[in-house]
Amino acid sequence: MTAARSGWALWGDRLLLAVTVLVAILWLLPVIWVVAMSLKPNAVLQQSTWGFIPMPFTLENYANLLQLATVPRWLVNSLIVAVGMTLLVLVVSSLAGYAFARLQFPFKRAIFVLMIAGLMIPEQAVFLPLHQMFASWGIHNTHAALMMPRVAVPIGVFLMMQFFRAVPRELEEAAELDHASRFTIFWRIMLPLSVPALTTLGLFTFIHAWNDFLWPLVSATDADMYTVTVGLASIQGNFAFTEGLGSVMASAVFASLPIVLLFLIFQRFIVAGVAMSAGK
Amino acid sequence: MTASPQARSVPLAEPRTRAPRHRVRRRDWLTALLFLAPFMAVYLVLLVYPLFLGIWISFRDWDLMGGDYGWVGTLNYQDLWTDRNFWAAARNTLWFVALTVPSMTLIALLLALAVHGPGRIRAICRSVFFLSSVFSVTVVTLVWAMVLSPDRGLIAPVVQFLGGTPVNFLGSPTWAMPAIVVTTLWWGVGLPMALFLAALGSIPKELYEAAELDHASRWSVFWRITLPSIRHTLILVVVLQIVGQFQIFGQPFLMTQGGPANSTRTLVQYIYETSFRDWLVGYGAAMAMVLFVLMMLFSMLQLWLGRQGDDR
Repeated sequence: MTAARSGWALWGDRLLLAVTVLVAILWLLPVIWVVAMSLKPNAVLQQSTWGFIPMPFTLENYANLLQLATVPRWLVNSLIVAVGMTLLVLVVSSLAGYAFARLQFPFKRAIFVLMIAGLMIPEQAVFLPLHQMFASWGIHNTHAALMMPRVAVPIGVFLMMQFFRAVPRELEEAAELDHASRFTIFWRIMLPLSVPALTTLGLFTFIHAWNDFLWPLVSATDADMYTVTVGLASIQGNFAFTEGLGSVMASAVFASLPIVLLFLIFQRFIVAGVAMSAGK
Repeated sequence: MTASPQARSVPLAEPRTRAPRHRVRRRDWLTALLFLAPFMAVYLVLLVYPLFLGIWISFRDWDLMGGDYGWVGTLNYQDLWTDRNFWAAARNTLWFVALTVPSMTLIALLLALAVHGPGRIRAICRSVFFLSSVFSVTVVTLVWAMVLSPDRGLIAPVVQFLGGTPVNFLGSPTWAMPAIVVTTLWWGVGLPMALFLAALGSIPKELYEAAELDHASRWSVFWRITLPSIRHTLILVVVLQIVGQFQIFGQPFLMTQGGPANSTRTLVQYIYETSFRDWLVGYGAAMAMVLFVLMMLFSMLQLWLGRQGDDR
């Protein structure tokens, strides 16, 4: 009886897995299709867009893209903004996270609550006043303007605090006996230990920065300062889909390449990060 | 750093178990100040201050170039009351949230249950379902505008093959919003799925072993063990989804520009257009505040409902 049951259960499992794989393939199909289109000549695409194998094959779309120079320029902007924002978030969050985890100071609880309350302020509630502030300072259309509003992320401080708290105190106490300064302890002992947490936070920040849309849309009005996300939006309207469908698809693939590579290399940190933030 | 369900409540101050040998000295809190200063400076100047500036602007006649034409009291808020475009945008946004949140939660849970477990195939499937969420909104909408296209898309040929007539999804006031919902599901399911996976992974194995001894069916194992164990994650996902989906902007802005017949113009798009096309920043700020309060109310309601369940 039990054997028969588990036999059925086994087949059930296999069937479920097969269905899951099928769904996964369907899930990926739009991506494969877009990559295929980006590798086909525009003349062919004007006849038909159907098909998942790029036959006839061409790299012309990508070559045109690099000649155009705008898309690579946007890519560089995105890289500068995303890397800059990531570094700033890591520095600011780990310092503050350490203070909340290990240091004693007056009004600690109140300051902590004030910080956590920031989690509830959505971007949409502040993007208009921020736009006005940055306009009056005259710093729109700079890389700094694109990254600064995203530097103070309470969740980053929270993650780092959680991580530092889990580090055994003994590791610091030895250094304290040697009269090492707080900063030395932080820099020499705590930071090297927190590479996994920093990687996770860094990855999420990078992906977020790369895909940011509303703020770069209103802040960067000069086409030279577009990030790749906003830039692509601008050619979706202009290029007209019929004219250079292959080129549009090639620019989408080109723009996604860095972030997809990053994801494939660091997947496990992303999963760990989700588990960590679920602990909140 | 494992996520246990118990750790979910926010620990405010850490319990000081050891005797306070070294009391808080002046130098200590000066150090703390230095550690906190960079974050707090950016936080106060670029998040807290703008929030209050936004409230201030919402009570004034203020244009995009920073022109301030004085205090208008609650006039901006009163105008909202009679602005049919605002109500249409609010209705569209709520409709989008109502369609997206339940389906996103359900699909994320189903996918998590399907890909949870050992094996290489499941690991690859996990990556595939998560992969779509690293794309930017521009790429996602580009892909789906193509997929949904009636003459060059992926769905139309299948419909034709089955003997139907292709629908111009994005050109139909009825179908445009559901099409945007489907796009959003494909884009956003990775994160809630990963949250569910983390929760499923932390359910004690003993519970399942006990159920197996009792010859419990899969169905009852799911309702009696799995679902109660991941309740907190379920609430977290729903709250995050509500707050997140209220902010919808990019998908309709890029796929339909709010059309056809304004059927997909959302609040954020209306705020954007009011401020950056019509220059009415004061009015836009008032709308942003309404959106903010709306989001807060819904997520608080959800948290409150969750707590009600705890008492039972």
